Amino acid sequence: MKVQINSGLCQGHGRCYDLAPGLFGADDEGYGLVLGDGIVPQDAEHDANLAALNCPEQAIELLEEG
Amino acid sequence: MAVDDRFPRAPREPGEDEELGTRSEIITGPVRDWATDFSHLEPEWSADPYLIQDDLRQRCPIAHTERFGGAWLPTRYEDVAAIAYDTDRFSSRAIILSNLRPPRDIAPIGGSPPISSDPPFHHDARKLLLAAFTKKEVARQEQATRAFCHSLIDSLAGRDVVDAAHDYAQHIPVRVIANMLGFPPEDGPQFREFVEDLLEGINLPAEDRTARVSRLFDYLLDQVHAHLDEPRDDLTTYLLNAELYGQKLAPDVVTGAMALLLIAGIDTSWSAIGASLWHLAKTPADRERLVAEPGLLPTAMEEFLRAYAPVTMARLVKDDIHWQGVDMKAEDWILLSFPAANRDPAQFDRAAEVVIDREVNRHAAFGLGIHRCLGSHLARMELRIALEVWLERIPAFTLADPGAVTWSAGQIRGPRTLPVRIG
Repeated sequence: MKVQINSGLCQGHGRCYDLAPGLFGADDEGYGLVLGDGIVPQDAEHDANLAALNCPEQAIELLEEG
Repeated sequence: MAVDDRFPRAPREPGEDEELGTRSEIITGPVRDWATDFSHLEPEWSADPYLIQDDLRQRCPIAHTERFGGAWLPTRYEDVAAIAYDTDRFSSRAIILSNLRPPRDIAPIGGSPPISSDPPFHHDARKLLLAAFTKKEVARQEQATRAFCHSLIDSLAGRDVVDAAHDYAQHIPVRVIANMLGFPPEDGPQFREFVEDLLEGINLPAEDRTARVSRLFDYLLDQVHAHLDEPRDDLTTYLLNAELYGQKLAPDVVTGAMALLLIAGIDTSWSAIGASLWHLAKTPADRERLVAEPGLLPTAMEEFLRAYAPVTMARLVKDDIHWQGVDMKAEDWILLSFPAANRDPAQFDRAAEVVIDREVNRHAAFGLGIHRCLGSHLARMELRIALEVWLERIPAFTLADPGAVTWSAGQIRGPRTLPVRIG
């Protein structure tokens, strides 16, 4: 699984970096950033789902690899 | 004395704050039918807005009133979201619904940028402030906030019954925002008056409203002058030096933004802290669980924000439109109720219940779209610290007298009297 943020939708609520700090960070204005290549380790899939399901702007996309 | 031509020291002319715009007739008194005559300023709404909103969502999801010169109240999540996102058709030039519509030409800046601004100005004004309100930046206030919360609890020592809204919740955001703006902490009681003047005095006569707004801006100008004389590492000095489009900010933009930061940061967080403590005082199972499992607090907090969202915004319809089955006229108000959206069963399972371990909680307490609450990270920090310290120091408490709890009137909802018995 891979995560990405639709920066056209993100408004900087910060739910992703609150709930999944291993996968997401913030830029200098508080908008969400994907850390590294966005590949989600298996043990972080729950966090990735939580981040996506709690984003008020529905800006987080989960991509199944393969 | 530092000179800045934008802010002359001469006393201001009487009438300088006289508000231009279009006034509507002030209509108060009991509501005949919430679908056609709603008013968020009547006591029935303050007592329990959720009953009214739940009923309207079923039978008339976009309610109307002739009060305030005409206003609409959507109660479905999807409608609230659609309006929040549609800045082409709904303007933020006034965000507190009242009997005065400010002149149309104050858009796209509005009286208190960036909350009152529309695109394209909005983006640039907001950008000036975003960096000061990131999660990382507000974390710098955390230690002082925690120490201040402890000192408030210390001051309650020896009392069986305390007012959790008046003696605790209200002081926390006042102290934090005074610190960030660089205003004297002892001025706190005045800030609370400004907040009441602006947010609760909606149906007062126009002259009274104007005098109250003047008081706030006189105070802000004093602070501007003090900061010009003695610049500091705070938001007031930052705004005085900030530039937009290669020029320093217009004086109204500086004082308008200061007013916004002062007013928007106080009532809202005070309400969120108070409503959370109210819930815990009347729900022993949730209180006991949070005391036993402090790690659940961040999740529980989001549920308090959903169920007791303190903030409702307003918009003005730009041009006549037929929208979701109703005919909106140019200059009609929209009462944009994030609290109503947050209790829509189409969006949330068990919407009317408070479920403190709700893991999926896509609530809109801080708004949606470009006007997402600038202070949301600060508010979350204050709420978390305020609840952590209270639960650590006062793990057992109950409502001392449920009938004595009072709630604010208007667009910001929270308890203003909250007597709790300790122990």
